[in-house]
Amino acid sequence: MDTVALRVSLTLALATVVVLLPLGIWVGHVLAVRSFRGKALVEALVAVPLILPPTVLGFYLLTVFGARSPLGQFFEGIFGQPLAFSFAGLLVASVIVNIPFVVQPIQRAFQAVPNQLRDAAACCGLTPWQRFRRIDLPLAWPGVVTAAILVFAHTLGEFGVVLMVGGSIPGETRTLSIAIYDRVQAFDYGAAGVMSAVLLTIAVVVLGLTAWLGRPWEQRRG
Amino acid sequence: MRPPSLTSGLKVTLGLVAVLVGAGCATSEESVRVAAASDLQFALTEIADQFAADTGGHVDLIFGSSGNMTRQIRDGAPFSIFFSADESFVQQLVREGHTKGDGALYGIGRIVLFAPPGSPMAPDEGLDGLARLIQAGGVSRFAIANPEHAPYGRAAEQALRAHGIWDGIRPSLVLGENVSQAAQFATSGNTAGGIIAYSLALAPVMQDLGAYALIPAEHHAPLRQRMVLLKTSGPVAERFYQYVQSSVSRTILTRYGFVLPD
Repeated sequence: MDTVALRVSLTLALATVVVLLPLGIWVGHVLAVRSFRGKALVEALVAVPLILPPTVLGFYLLTVFGARSPLGQFFEGIFGQPLAFSFAGLLVASVIVNIPFVVQPIQRAFQAVPNQLRDAAACCGLTPWQRFRRIDLPLAWPGVVTAAILVFAHTLGEFGVVLMVGGSIPGETRTLSIAIYDRVQAFDYGAAGVMSAVLLTIAVVVLGLTAWLGRPWEQRRG
Repeated sequence: MRPPSLTSGLKVTLGLVAVLVGAGCATSEESVRVAAASDLQFALTEIADQFAADTGGHVDLIFGSSGNMTRQIRDGAPFSIFFSADESFVQQLVREGHTKGDGALYGIGRIVLFAPPGSPMAPDEGLDGLARLIQAGGVSRFAIANPEHAPYGRAAEQALRAHGIWDGIRPSLVLGENVSQAAQFATSGNTAGGIIAYSLALAPVMQDLGAYALIPAEHHAPLRQRMVLLKTSGPVAERFYQYVQSSVSRTILTRYGFVLPD
C-alpha cells in the first residue's frame, strides 16, 4: 500500500473541491436564474470535459504548460519549475476535468427553487445577497454537497490526464490510480490489489453517501 | 445538511488540505528522482535498496519508456538522473543542454522470446516455433513494446524482421507502452507470448510465469544503455550515479543479464 500516493490523491481531491466549489456555486446559480445571450454556449463549454478524452486535455496542458511553451516558462520563472509534472499542474488539470461535475448538480439544485419564493423574499425587502444566502443556498444545499462529493470521488479516480501531465513523481504527482498502474507493471499484484480495493471502497462509500443525501430530508434513516 | 455547515465544512476541508500539504512538505531535503527505462524495474530497485543500505541515501525510482521520459525531461519534468535503454535519447538531451556531462554507458540489453504456460509456442532462440505458429495461423496475440518510442520494441521489431516474420505477425501484435507492460501482456495468458527484456525475464517474480529463450545479440542493433545526470541533480544524485558504476552495482546488473561495458 503506497500511503504517499494515497495522500497525494486525497490532497488533490480536497484541493480540487476547495477550488471548484465557490466557482461552481457562482456559475451554477447564474446559469439557473438568469438568461443571457450565449448561455447555451456556456452550458456546452461547462459540459465539454465530460465527453473529451483525457488525452486531448493532457495534450493541450502539455503544450500550454510544458517547459518549452511561453506560459510554461512564465510559471517556471515564478515557481522555479514548470506547471507540467508538478502538483500545481495536476490541480489545474483536475479543476478543468471536474467543472461539469460541480456545475451541473448545483445548477439543477438552484433551478428546483421556485421563483415565487425569490419574488416573495424580494417583496419582503431582502437584498439579492440576502436572498441568495437565506433562500437559494439553503434550499439548494443538497445539490452543493452532492457536487462536492462527486468532484472528490471523480478526482480520486482520474487517471488519463494524470498519466500524461504527471510523470508519476512520488509525493508530487503519483496518485493512487497511477501507483496501481506502476505496481501492475512491476508484477506487484499484491500491492495493486490492496490499492484497488481501497479505491473501490471509497467509491462505493461515496456513491452511497450521495444517494443518501439525494433523498428528501425526512426520509433519511441510516 | 444545513447552511451553517457551509463555513464549518469549508474550515474542516481547508484544515485537512493544510495538514496534507504540510505533511508533504515536511520530508523535502534533496529529493533524487530517477527516471529509468522499465527494463531496469527490478535491477535498479535492487541497486537503490543496496545504495540506501550502504550510504543511507534515498532515491525515488520512476519507470517508463525511454522515449516518453525523454519527452517529459524536455517538458521540464524534475528528474535528477535518466537511465535510457537506448543511448541515442541521452545523446539528444546532451545536445539540447538538459544534462551535466554526456553520461556513462552502464550496460547492453538483451531480448528474449517469452511464452507463458499453455502457450501454443515453445520459445527457441531462432524464433522457429513462432514462425511455424504464424504460418499455421495459430498466433492470436503477441506482445512487444511500442517500437515508436520504446527501444526494446524497436529491438523486437528488428529481430522479427531479421527472421522474416514481421509482416506475418503484425496483425497480431499488442503494443505495451513500455517493455514492462509488454512483459505483463506476455505473461498474462491472454497472448501466445512476446519479446521482452532479458532483465525482466530474469527477475525472481517472473520465474513461475513462463519460459524464455535468449535471442542472439546479432539479430538486432545493440541496446546500448546510457545514464546521465540532469541539470537539476544534486550531491546525492551524483553519489548514486557513481554507485551504479561501482562493483556492487555491476554484480547486480550482470545478474539481471546486462552485458557490461569495460
